[in-house]
Amino acid sequence: MNAGDTTFVLMSAALVMLMTPGLALFYGGMVRGKNVLGTIMQSFIILGVITLEWVLWGYSMSFGPDHGGIIGGLDWFGLRGVGMEPSPNYGTTIPHLAFMVFQCMFAVITPALITGAFAERMKFTAFLLFTLLWATFVYNPLAHWVWGAGGWMAKMGAMDFAGGTVVHISSGFSALAAALVIGKRLGYGSTAYIPHNLPMTITGAALLWFGWFGFNAGSALAANGLAASAFVATHIASSVAALSWLLVEWFHKGKPTTLGAASGAVAGLVAITPASGFVGPVSAVLIGALAGVICYGGVLMKSRLRYDDSLDVVGIHGLGGTWGALATGLFASKAVNDAGSNGLFFGNPGQVGIQLVSVIATMVFAFVMTLIILKVVNAVVGLRVQEEDEERGMDISLHDERGYSF
Amino acid sequence: MKKVEAIIKPFKLDDVKEALSTLGVKGLTVSEVKGFGRQRGHREVYRGAEYQVDFVSKIKIEVVMEDELVADAVKVIQEKARTGQIGDGKIFLIPVEDAVRIRTGETGKDAI
Repeated sequence: MNAGDTTFVLMSAALVMLMTPGLALFYGGMVRGKNVLGTIMQSFIILGVITLEWVLWGYSMSFGPDHGGIIGGLDWFGLRGVGMEPSPNYGTTIPHLAFMVFQCMFAVITPALITGAFAERMKFTAFLLFTLLWATFVYNPLAHWVWGAGGWMAKMGAMDFAGGTVVHISSGFSALAAALVIGKRLGYGSTAYIPHNLPMTITGAALLWFGWFGFNAGSALAANGLAASAFVATHIASSVAALSWLLVEWFHKGKPTTLGAASGAVAGLVAITPASGFVGPVSAVLIGALAGVICYGGVLMKSRLRYDDSLDVVGIHGLGGTWGALATGLFASKAVNDAGSNGLFFGNPGQVGIQLVSVIATMVFAFVMTLIILKVVNAVVGLRVQEEDEERGMDISLHDERGYSF
Repeated sequence: MKKVEAIIKPFKLDDVKEALSTLGVKGLTVSEVKGFGRQRGHREVYRGAEYQVDFVSKIKIEVVMEDELVADAVKVIQEKARTGQIGDGKIFLIPVEDAVRIRTGETGKDAI
């Protein structure tokens, strides 16, 4: 057991926790004023729902004793046997409980990311049920495949340092399924969905950026050089992506926007997530620069394809995550992390293929499972609020309160 | 007695208010309004999606005064609110039948 590592991982867990309320503000500012609380609630209350799910069966399904590389057993239900001593497999220098709670914060934010796709129109009961089922049947297996001892993706040699596939590709392509199933917001195409409070969105983006240091550097699970390297790569990619999104939209639409800078920063953070513990600073610059451009294009794509992904989860997390996972196969270097493999640019072209398999498997699994879960939820409680309630806004119709009273 | 209703550019409010006070106007009501006239709205862009915003923010001043003051009031409003650009606004004159001061019950010109 190492006191420095334990301190660092517990602090990192607290940083990652802050990302979920940060996301609530990021999303909350982008919706119309009548939906600000409903949107914030969909992130915030996941801290409640998924923490409970995680300690009861989520952690055990994700990290418990392996069954065929597919899923963990329920041996650790209710955290039975997860105690103050280190686990032999995960974070071997820190208490098992510290690793568990660090991972808990990842399990919390991932379904919160998806809420951006169905913002401003989903029933609260449907949202709760969806979140619980999604965490159980999509997140837990995926986390096991990638990070669980014996998981098939890890055994295949796929590299995902902090959750490019588990968190971002999974939420991004689940978001696509959700946007397609729930349908467009009332008045889509004729109503202007103008963000009601961009300073709130930018505050949220700043909190995300801050918390992401825990997300990526903390994934080293030790207070060491690799943590510092991941911290630096994270900061570089975010900064450069903020700049590249700003420049490309300036060129394309004539003005640089603050929402563009904030979106670019998040896109950079998404893209560097799987690569952060495997790449050096120059690679981080390139990953960030392309993330801003790719995700800007991804966001524009939705108006071409006519699906209503309200807050661009597909464009930013789906595409940014995909780019990050593939970029890991291009830029990874054993000089940075000898526990990983080299990527294409460091003499190992085969890694790109392995990354591609993990990307496609995650996309297909997340998309198909989300379709099924949403069909079930729709049959049980119905997905959408009544038209009249959608018109009044979720704050009043679902929660009996208002974000602002002047 | 007339009501002078002026729609003006927001940043001209202070100048107009000062000028009307100097003229002897004892009170006025101001509201923030939106509308359109010859001045076109503007474009807003969020994550590459463009929206045309047709309604422009303006200030509406409402002030009720005796008939003798009206000509001067219109003149100073026009003078102070004018920039020479499209979108300077409009002034409307509306006849008022009576006025009542709620506290005292005074009516007519004593109430304004």
